[in-house]
Amino acid sequence: MMEFILGKYNYLVCILLMMIGFYAMIAKENLVKKVIGLNIFQTAIFLFYISVSYMEGATAPVVWQGQEGVLYGNPLPHVLILTAIVVGISMTALALGLIIKIYQEYGSIEENRILELNQLEEEQNLKRAGR
Amino acid sequence: MIANIIENIPGLVVLIVIIAASLIPLVGKSRPVLAWGIAVIAAFLSFIMSLYILNVVMTTGKIRYWFGNWEPPWGIEYVFDPLSAFVLTLVSFVGFIVLVYAKKSLEAEIDPERITYFYALYMLFIGGLMGVVATGDIFNLYVFLEIAAIAGYALIAVGRRREALMASFTYLILGTIAAAFILIGIGYLYMATGTLNIIDLAVILPEIYQSKVVLIAFAFFTVGLSIKIALFPLHNWLPNAYTYAPSVTSIVMAAIATKVGAYVLIRVMFTVFGPEFELTVVHVTEVFLVLSVVAMIIGSVLAIAQTDIKKMLAYSSIAQVGYITLGIALMNVTGLTGSIMHILNHAIMKACLFMVVGAIVYRTGITHIHDFVGLGKKMPYTMAAFTIGALSMIGMPLTVGFVGKWYLTLGSLEAGMWYIIPVILVSSLLAVGYLWRLLDNIYFKQPENASELKTVKAKEAPLAMLIPTCVLALLCIVLGTFAYLPISIAEEAAKVLLRY
Repeated sequence: MMEFILGKYNYLVCILLMMIGFYAMIAKENLVKKVIGLNIFQTAIFLFYISVSYMEGATAPVVWQGQEGVLYGNPLPHVLILTAIVVGISMTALALGLIIKIYQEYGSIEENRILELNQLEEEQNLKRAGR
Repeated sequence: MIANIIENIPGLVVLIVIIAASLIPLVGKSRPVLAWGIAVIAAFLSFIMSLYILNVVMTTGKIRYWFGNWEPPWGIEYVFDPLSAFVLTLVSFVGFIVLVYAKKSLEAEIDPERITYFYALYMLFIGGLMGVVATGDIFNLYVFLEIAAIAGYALIAVGRRREALMASFTYLILGTIAAAFILIGIGYLYMATGTLNIIDLAVILPEIYQSKVVLIAFAFFTVGLSIKIALFPLHNWLPNAYTYAPSVTSIVMAAIATKVGAYVLIRVMFTVFGPEFELTVVHVTEVFLVLSVVAMIIGSVLAIAQTDIKKMLAYSSIAQVGYITLGIALMNVTGLTGSIMHILNHAIMKACLFMVVGAIVYRTGITHIHDFVGLGKKMPYTMAAFTIGALSMIGMPLTVGFVGKWYLTLGSLEAGMWYIIPVILVSSLLAVGYLWRLLDNIYFKQPENASELKTVKAKEAPLAMLIPTCVLALLCIVLGTFAYLPISIAEEAAKVLLRY
């Protein structure tokens, strides 16, 4: 058991972070907190990719003059994650932009309050239409 | 020069759309008409190119296009087999025809200074979806999926009513969870195989079917993609997103966004993991079977309960997704052909129906179905198109909807699951229920008080909106009557996928 935890602790930390982020996205009412949860969730995945490519004692994949057979880490996951980080940033930017608009329109960023306001508006519309 | 272009068409078909997306904000900042012109030309060229690709694929077989001549696994390649060429043509066609329609509709529904950016986002959205279909690299697929998704969230949020913002935000959260799940799945696959190329994955994976890493990757893929296609219990984001988005966004989202999700699901299940995996290792088809049946019934029942036409069509989309996954779950050539035909059917008829809704909103601004009394006389051609689209959704013979349902029925008989057939029938009957109520209001109901009628000022939709709508309605009939052509492609695609 101890060996399992020590040998794979990087993955365990990833899963822990993922669950924290997931919980924040689902359970928090505040929209900004949801976005923070989303970021934690994504970061956990990034860390997962990075730790897959990590090797003990390995260096960057650069060919040094006169040195052959140097142990180097797999660069591909890093490149993939750079792309995924860009995706994550644009997602965060869009989400925050949306939250600003939501705050301007509703005067609140609490999800249940917004849904309440939506429902009220719908009922008023129905009443006005005479149904 | 010409030969050079023809040689590079498999790459250009997606690139031209994305280049247009980046050109539009630069050129058309103060001139929305110019932005529209660029978008239409790019989308049209892309549609012609995808027809060319479809033709080449059907006559000479699979195309593999290496970007910059970098051989995979070092470079990224585009792969066109019958399925991807088929879906690519569908996406670029709907993308083009909705653009023709979009000009008038956007002028009425969106602030003028936002129109140019709307076109840019729209092209990005179409380009992303086409990239998803074209690519042969699974990480590239994720990136394109996210490009399309992010553009899609923004396209929803420009809706006039403030509910659109919250609908977009909910979709953003759920869509990001879905994308993150897909990303984890890709990570696990890379861990297990060391490659991201779909063709290489398909070769390596059968040797390690029993590995837990592969199983977990598959689980993440399935759940993530089920959110993307709005399969029944994960459909929560869909109704509000379709309802409060501008009409143009609703059309294009309903027509092709979930269809491309279904394409990815088929690609992952049958090409990456292989049919053997689903048949022998994880019995995911049984789960899909149950969920599809529930989606077909619940989606239709919820659609009956709606009084807002956009919401009604949104819930019916959930039912239609059930048909598509049903064909996947049957795991035979006939069923899968039905599924692919239903992708075609749903794209065309849902686009047609939402276009009619857009035209009604353009002329009268109403979406409540009780207000539709008398529209049949005021907008005869638009309503005729609506009727054809509705018949295709129900699955009347001679419409393309019938072909898809027919193949699904045959497929379930072939799989020995006769009990699916009553479900298909009941779901179609429920569709008759909610569509009849609409048609009754439109054509037959007499207004109680003529002066209170909300459709008094309505008149026929402008030609720029009417022509695309009617073209799609005609296609519903043409592709249903001369069904040989789409079926031959779909059948070929199903055979390739199931490795016959």
